[in-house]
Amino acid sequence: MLDFTFKILVTDALLYILVTAIIIFIVYARKHEHLSAPWRQIKNKKLAMSSFVILLFFVITGFLDSIHIRQEIKIDTESKTQQQVVQYSSEVLSLLDLLLTKLRVQTEKTYSAPFAIHSFTKEVTDDQQGKPKLYYPRLKYGGAHLQAQDSRIYDIGKRLLWALFWTLLVIVLCILLVAKFVVSKNDNKNEKTNLNTKLKTVLSGNTSTPWLTILLVMSIPVFFIASLVELGPFYHIMGTDQVGNDVLYKTIKSIRTGLLIGTLTTLIILPFAIIFGITAGYFRGWVDDLIQYIYTTLSSIPSVLLIAAAILSLEVYMTNNPQSFTTLIDRSDTRLLFLVMILGVMSWTGLCRLLRAETMKIRELDYIQAANSLGVRHRKIMSRHIFPNLMHIVLITVVLDFSGLVLAEAVLSYIGVGVDPTMDSWGNMINGARLEMAREPLVWWNLTAAFVFMFILVLAANIFSDAVRDALDPRLRKA
Amino acid sequence: MALADNNKTLEVKALKTWIDTEGGIIHAVDGVSFNIRPGETLAILGESGCGKSLTALSILQLIPKPAGRIVSGKVMFSGENLLEKSEQDMREIRGRRIAMIFQEPQSSLNPVMTIGQQIKEVLPDRRNKSAIEINKDIVGLLDSVGMSDSARRIKEYPHQLSGGMKQRAMIAMALASKPDILIADEPTTALDVTIQSQILNLLARLKKENNMSILLITHDLGVVSQMADRVLLMYAGEAVEDADAVNFFVAARHPYAQKLFQSIPDRSKRKKKLDIIPGMVPTYAGDYQGCRFAERCDKAWDLCFQEKPQWRSQDENGVRCHLYNDTLELQDTLNKKIEQEFVTTDEKVTREEILLDVKQLKVHFPIHKGIFRRVVGHVKAVDGISLKVGRGRTVAIVGESGCGKTTAGKAILQLIKPTSGEVIYDGASLTKMAGNELRQLRKNFQIIFQDPYASLNPRMLVGESIAEGLHALKLESSKETIQKRVKKILTQVGMPEEAYARYPHEFSGGQRQRISIARALAVNPELIVCDEPTSALDVSVQAQILNLLNDLQRELSLSYLFITHDISVVEYLAHEVAVMYLGRIVEFGTAADILDNALHPYTQALLSAVPVISRIGNAGNAGHKDGTQFLLAGDIPSPSNPPAGCHFHVRCPQATEICRQQYPGQTRVTGSHTVFCHLFESAPELTGQN
Repeated sequence: MLDFTFKILVTDALLYILVTAIIIFIVYARKHEHLSAPWRQIKNKKLAMSSFVILLFFVITGFLDSIHIRQEIKIDTESKTQQQVVQYSSEVLSLLDLLLTKLRVQTEKTYSAPFAIHSFTKEVTDDQQGKPKLYYPRLKYGGAHLQAQDSRIYDIGKRLLWALFWTLLVIVLCILLVAKFVVSKNDNKNEKTNLNTKLKTVLSGNTSTPWLTILLVMSIPVFFIASLVELGPFYHIMGTDQVGNDVLYKTIKSIRTGLLIGTLTTLIILPFAIIFGITAGYFRGWVDDLIQYIYTTLSSIPSVLLIAAAILSLEVYMTNNPQSFTTLIDRSDTRLLFLVMILGVMSWTGLCRLLRAETMKIRELDYIQAANSLGVRHRKIMSRHIFPNLMHIVLITVVLDFSGLVLAEAVLSYIGVGVDPTMDSWGNMINGARLEMAREPLVWWNLTAAFVFMFILVLAANIFSDAVRDALDPRLRKA
Repeated sequence: MALADNNKTLEVKALKTWIDTEGGIIHAVDGVSFNIRPGETLAILGESGCGKSLTALSILQLIPKPAGRIVSGKVMFSGENLLEKSEQDMREIRGRRIAMIFQEPQSSLNPVMTIGQQIKEVLPDRRNKSAIEINKDIVGLLDSVGMSDSARRIKEYPHQLSGGMKQRAMIAMALASKPDILIADEPTTALDVTIQSQILNLLARLKKENNMSILLITHDLGVVSQMADRVLLMYAGEAVEDADAVNFFVAARHPYAQKLFQSIPDRSKRKKKLDIIPGMVPTYAGDYQGCRFAERCDKAWDLCFQEKPQWRSQDENGVRCHLYNDTLELQDTLNKKIEQEFVTTDEKVTREEILLDVKQLKVHFPIHKGIFRRVVGHVKAVDGISLKVGRGRTVAIVGESGCGKTTAGKAILQLIKPTSGEVIYDGASLTKMAGNELRQLRKNFQIIFQDPYASLNPRMLVGESIAEGLHALKLESSKETIQKRVKKILTQVGMPEEAYARYPHEFSGGQRQRISIARALAVNPELIVCDEPTSALDVSVQAQILNLLNDLQRELSLSYLFITHDISVVEYLAHEVAVMYLGRIVEFGTAADILDNALHPYTQALLSAVPVISRIGNAGNAGHKDGTQFLLAGDIPSPSNPPAGCHFHVRCPQATEICRQQYPGQTRVTGSHTVFCHLFESAPELTGQN
């Protein structure tokens, strides 16, 4: 086994901070009834939990793709001295890359359709007589294990059955685990319950948290992973692109880009929106005027233009200072970070406006007046009285904005001012599909793969954010 | 008997309306029966949460669906059961034969339609009439409800009308199709007393003119006494007493009714503890085993907890209580009547020491206009008031909404920066201080608010809220001492110590008000500004809070600046009273001076507008102390543009020429009693107030 060293990209670091912040919030919320109550409500909703399970798989994939390492290169030096210099590869790989090594390295020459064993384009070769002949060559990896007489359909079916078997195994195991460890705590007041009755409770769907639904929904991504394991090394499930890279691999790699844009942007938005919104609403007067002028000016600039300008000037900077960006991944990471920042700077105004208005309402409430008459300082009033009462708006906006930002990335990459062209992203894939859609016969799998993944992520995020809003918005909450 | 008698317009029988909630089914209306004859006013009386409004809504099938459902019962109206009618048929009944007006005229009128358009929509035969005829009808309707200048009002939008005018417009809409029955759901609760008496008189007149029945829903015994022919008292979804108004006010049968009377503050109870009903109206779902009132009843015995009392009635009067037999006689053998001991609170007069001295306090809010926010005028919310509060005394500021009393209270505490004038607290001038200096003094004066729901931060534990002042003012340092002190204060205001670690939403309005008081008390203040602390509470809870405030004043010799519009509260606990009108004090004196010997025409009008609960029983007539009612016309003018001369002259029946020109100066009637009115100036000075 080769040694390795961790490589932490800036966006990775930011993601770690975000994850830590979420964990701290969860720990804090568990101690505070008013914070955890709405989340418990979400926990008991079927639709919300289904979308959460799907989101969770996306998040885990994105997170695995955010732990980067550089592997050690074995240099076979003739002098086997002790002072061997440890060298690390300049290629930065993520844990996900390592898991999907087969998908990553098995590249074909060019396009191939999903599950194809022959190339999509014809090649010229000499036949036995030495005459040139056009034919569809066999793929190097796709279906390479098949003999001429083997049926491809039969092989795929057999492997899918295996995948199904693994899925069932995992789900059954999960059901047993849930029945043993989780159900006993919440749903069975009767202490003398054996595993059998607990199982019945789970399977009948009578648990307060809809475990049965969760597990059934979970079986879909589990089946997907199982098929990936079974089929991935032998076929290109979603075909290959122009330079022969596996499309499915690219699509999965794009998850990280989408997630980072969706989450890190909010990390940039929050401080701006919260600090400016609360101070404007609380102090009124000239502070309010100033902040209002800032955000009305900012929101009147066409955002696409500003983003394009920022990205293009970054391009220029990177060309002029090549020494700062040694690796490809450094370049693309810097560009992603820059995009996130510029998107954040452009989009805090909406939340800021909401928070300002809400603060204005809250500051007139009696408990703020009471705090004033008790001599509580402004800073404390803002942090202890106003901010906690705005939290629901912040959370609702963050989850609602998430899907919008994922889509924004696709649009920006499509017009060429998004993430780096070398970076895997759905926007880039869709951009590339522009020409493929004009080919005859059509190369449809690139666009389809990007579309399906993006659609599932955005749909799950939207459903989940709806549930979050229902639970947190005091106006929608049931009395 | 499917057909109702001719003399009964509406008959409700054993009506049950249940509401499904997450916590179970709430029996909101549980077997209520009553009937209303033509030309009769039936008042449904009860505290909030007793099912009064839901009863009325059930009659019209307007209950909130799908949570609410009418389980059983009959509503017989001109021979038909309204509950069996389809939604389409009900539309013919609603607004045409049975009309309804609501508490909030603001939210019942469409803000983007003129008054004329809205009334036109409900006119019954508008399709067969020309525009001119319709217009005439609308003007006629508005005239009949006493709308001034009705031809112009037709073209106005709701926001251009005052609260009283809006309620008149609502009544006009309700009357458009000459209904047989008018359901009035708390029609005057949102209005000021002088406007309330206008509206109540209007309703009484319309009832007589149209021979209409009124189903009046209210929690206000005063309104009932003034308006009702019959009273139906409801408690926790059940009717507990049905009596004609005279009987009800002279000799109420049910212990709940008796208790309600006793818990109302008024002058006769001064120096005494108010008789309170402990606890609050139960809201829990499900069935009750015994009497619903048993837990709060001081006459309850075993049977009350075990068996549901049956409805016993005779001659249209009925009661639901184990104390009475079938002929409604008191079963003396069972009656364990406990004579309530009234604790006398002695009045310590420490008049010499002046704690708070307010001199010519003014708060003007600038009105900005245009792009550059030019100041085009000022709202003179408080326009030069002077008053003194002695240590251990209660000074009440009385006035209608918009007169600036709340602003005055906040300006005194420096929560709003006064425009000019001086506030001297215990020798130190607060208006000249700022920042830390003022913060150090803040522990001496505190405030409690009207709305118990807005006055506590929902995200903070009760204990944290109370301890906040101790932290901010650094009165205590260690965590343990703070916690100890907070818990002590909680017990002092009658709350369990466990409340410390709970959130405000777990408590009822009255309990929250106790917590607010605890928060104010935590820093050991000497003066508390009470900004209508009981006006959002039910009568029985109000009595609890007033008793608490009284006890605290006695124990801690607190001074109260009591801001209120409720004369009965003033009568009960104020030592001195300041009457405010449009930002100025028009009369100031001891409680006796103001209440017995009111001189200013406004004070007189204010006092006479308060519906007095007459236990002699003259239902249908306005029951006022001296029999004559001094009705004020019109509304309070805008404080941004007060009338020249005496602000009150526009509404004053005794206004003379000089009132239109000059603001009256101060006239000292007795040592304690001063008034600002030209009528009492022996030699009219020409200098005005300043």
